[in-house]
Amino acid sequence: MKKTLQLLSGNESLALGAYHAGVQVASAYPGTPSTEILENLSRFKDIYAEWSTNEKVAMEVGMGAAYTGARAMVSMKHVGLNVASDPFMAASITGIVGGLVVVTADDPQIHSSQNEQDNRHYARLAKVPMLEPTDSQDVYDLMGYAFDISEEFDTPVLVRTTTRIAHSKSVVDVKKSRKVKNPQPAFLFNKQKYVMLPVYALPRHAEVEKRMVRLAEYCETFPMNQIFWNKKKIGVVTSGVAYQYAREVFPEASFLKLGMTWPLPQQMIKGFAAQVERLIVVEELDPFLQDNIKSMGIEVSGKEFIPLVGELNTRIVTESSAGAGLLPESEKGEIIPPASGLARRPPLLCPGCPHTGIYFTLNTIGQRSKLLESDKPQEPKLIITGDIGCYTLGAYPPLNVLDTTACMGAGIGQALGMEKAGVKSKIVAVIGDSTFLHSGITGLVNAVYNEGHITILILDNRTTAMTGHQEHPGTGISAQGKETYAVDIESLCRGIGVKDIKVVNAFDLKALRSGLRDSLGREEVSVIIVRGACAMQVRKREHPRKVDVEKCNQCGICLKLGCPAIQSKDGRVFIEPTLCAGDICTICEQLCPQKAIGV
Amino acid sequence: MKSKLKKMDILVTGVGGQGVVLASDIIGEAALTAGFDVKKTDTLGMAQRGGSVVSHVRLAERVWSPLIKEGEVDLLLAFEKLEAARWSHYLKKNAVAIINSYEQPPLSVSLGQEKYLTDDEIVAALKRRTDKIYIIEGNKKAQELGNVRTVNILMLGCLAAFAPLETGVWKSTISKRLPERLREINLKAFDVGRKEIEGVRIGKS
Ligand SMILES: Cc1ncc(C[n+]2csc(CCOP(=O)(O)OP(=O)(O)O)c2C)c(N)n1
Ligand code: SF4
Ligand code: SF4
Repeated sequence: MKKTLQLLSGNESLALGAYHAGVQVASAYPGTPSTEILENLSRFKDIYAEWSTNEKVAMEVGMGAAYTGARAMVSMKHVGLNVASDPFMAASITGIVGGLVVVTADDPQIHSSQNEQDNRHYARLAKVPMLEPTDSQDVYDLMGYAFDISEEFDTPVLVRTTTRIAHSKSVVDVKKSRKVKNPQPAFLFNKQKYVMLPVYALPRHAEVEKRMVRLAEYCETFPMNQIFWNKKKIGVVTSGVAYQYAREVFPEASFLKLGMTWPLPQQMIKGFAAQVERLIVVEELDPFLQDNIKSMGIEVSGKEFIPLVGELNTRIVTESSAGAGLLPESEKGEIIPPASGLARRPPLLCPGCPHTGIYFTLNTIGQRSKLLESDKPQEPKLIITGDIGCYTLGAYPPLNVLDTTACMGAGIGQALGMEKAGVKSKIVAVIGDSTFLHSGITGLVNAVYNEGHITILILDNRTTAMTGHQEHPGTGISAQGKETYAVDIESLCRGIGVKDIKVVNAFDLKALRSGLRDSLGREEVSVIIVRGACAMQVRKREHPRKVDVEKCNQCGICLKLGCPAIQSKDGRVFIEPTLCAGDICTICEQLCPQKAIGV
Repeated sequence: MKSKLKKMDILVTGVGGQGVVLASDIIGEAALTAGFDVKKTDTLGMAQRGGSVVSHVRLAERVWSPLIKEGEVDLLLAFEKLEAARWSHYLKKNAVAIINSYEQPPLSVSLGQEKYLTDDEIVAALKRRTDKIYIIEGNKKAQELGNVRTVNILMLGCLAAFAPLETGVWKSTISKRLPERLREINLKAFDVGRKEIEGVRIGKS
């Protein structure tokens, strides 16, 4: 075994590749499946790495750094690029000096997202080159090219991964070591390049078009656009993880593997197409390659049989190709259905989660369980607009407390919109602390300015829990572990002009109930900061609660909390001691009408 | 070494918090040390505890797809019974299934909305593909060692009886991946697992 071989995830490999390529400034906002990129980079003490407030700010930080000649990288999940799209488009037109690499981690199959948009379209929209790795080795190798291309062509470079690349481990030959090209960055005055007034912006657009022409030429010889000749009956054009599935399914076909998927090497594709009997594209999500190849006047198929929705795998590629007559039916193999009668096991709020108490309170005050009893269209007594985070799981039974979840920060604006439209019910917006700082603040400003009467619950668990517990401006700890300033959410709300602000202990059911009742009665914007640490970040788990079988009359109300530690078997309720969070929580103990739960 | 290389597709499943990802990482790293090409991928859904977790680990001379094709799994290592049944359709004919007898009822079961499969139903689901079913009292054994959380390494010990990797490689990889204070107890758990698998009856139902 050579010493340089390591088993790395796509994200680990990407971070290492960027580090070796001399990245000096890295910024990101957490988002599955991109989060571990910055987490890994933040461990290198000779670079600057930050969690930014949101993706737009992250992009602006990257842009500023690149303007000084430093190498910079910005990473985010696919929907993060929506948030960052304004500065991303701006970076395209101004160009950069130091390499600027933008990583978008897409999520086909929606493993942990709100949609499965295909961000390859952004490369075309922004007129920037895009690289797509097929495994961790590719990721590592492509990072070096990404920075070089960025500098050579004066453009941000988009690197697109997907969940299956980011979160799969494969063997990487770690060949390089770190080299920093420009150790003393400097910003040089250049209005025509950096000040996008109309007079300067129009000529820049012309530059962008020239850049695309040069890039189109360059990609014809880009070393990671590769042809693997085999039999010429079928020629497959592919990129990303789809390449791996296709190689397995078509062992005899010839392959054009594209490491750069924008712009596309037209001559190379034409040459490849000319030599094979049938040209197909195997790609996940949209027919991005297929449509662009078609527009070159080449006959090609793909999405006629490869699904548009969800991620691919070898079974799907095999079955759809067999259906299209590209493989014998016998290749499908003998498939049996999943076992029947399996209870589902969706993700849940943890035992001791600080979101549980307020959600139970919302459920009961809002009589939310009634909503599930009838199929007729009905307006909830209490409308609850939601947002994105662990607390989105409150949408599942038994809590059933969310009416909407769209994109980060949307809940507050939606709540105001419903109120202004004139609904009769009371409206509550629920938002996490990290999400509030990401994109809830402007919604709150808007609600106060426009004299809303909504209640806003800021669930302050002091972390970005959903994505794996990253720090954020409210925690006062930086990505590299430094103590910095912690934004005070209470004063922030006060400064915005909110008059009624309550801070309530997330584990005090009585206080939650009276606080919520009070806020709902008010004709003004009311904010309740529900404060309690995320259970996953509390090490101490003392005195798991027990159910006293003598006192318990099996009313089942504690089961309505949805705490995974509270279980029932054959009508008997019990608490699993290895799961219960104990003293930090006690919610079920406060709830039990029979006083049957205790230490 | 090269000439002895075989292919092995392993599915590791369990419930969030049971250490599925660490176990599959160790398999992958041990296999790399032994000279295999390796790919592994985890499907966790969201970061919380309590959801279904599955890791695909593939070793061969050359691996393409990180995901194992349905019907191609050589070995299923399940840390929870119901999760074993959930992935039974991934098994190849005559695959090996090693199952921890531990039961963690999903919330829907506690709420009385769904039923937990009986042991017979779980075995029947697996028997659609194989009779090589090994049921291990993993949680009990790990508890006896003094730490239930060693159950994942204990189950790795069971797997080791079937994998084309040497004991030394397993042990050095486990030592590398675990912090000092947990090393000894986990190496013990690995040995307990190796012994346990020899004791259980093949095809037990
Ligand atoms: C634009 C965008 N960026 C990132 C994400 C990924 N993401 C989902 S929820 C979340 C933050 C959750 O933190 P918080 O609001 O504090 O709630 P918690 O999970 O801690 O309950 C993040 C980063 C996303 N969905 N959209
Ligand atoms: S990780 Fe924290 S915030 Fe998320 S469900 Fe668990 S306890 Fe709640
Ligand atoms: S105290 Fe009750 S509600 Fe809290 S974690 Fe334990 S069992 Fe669950």
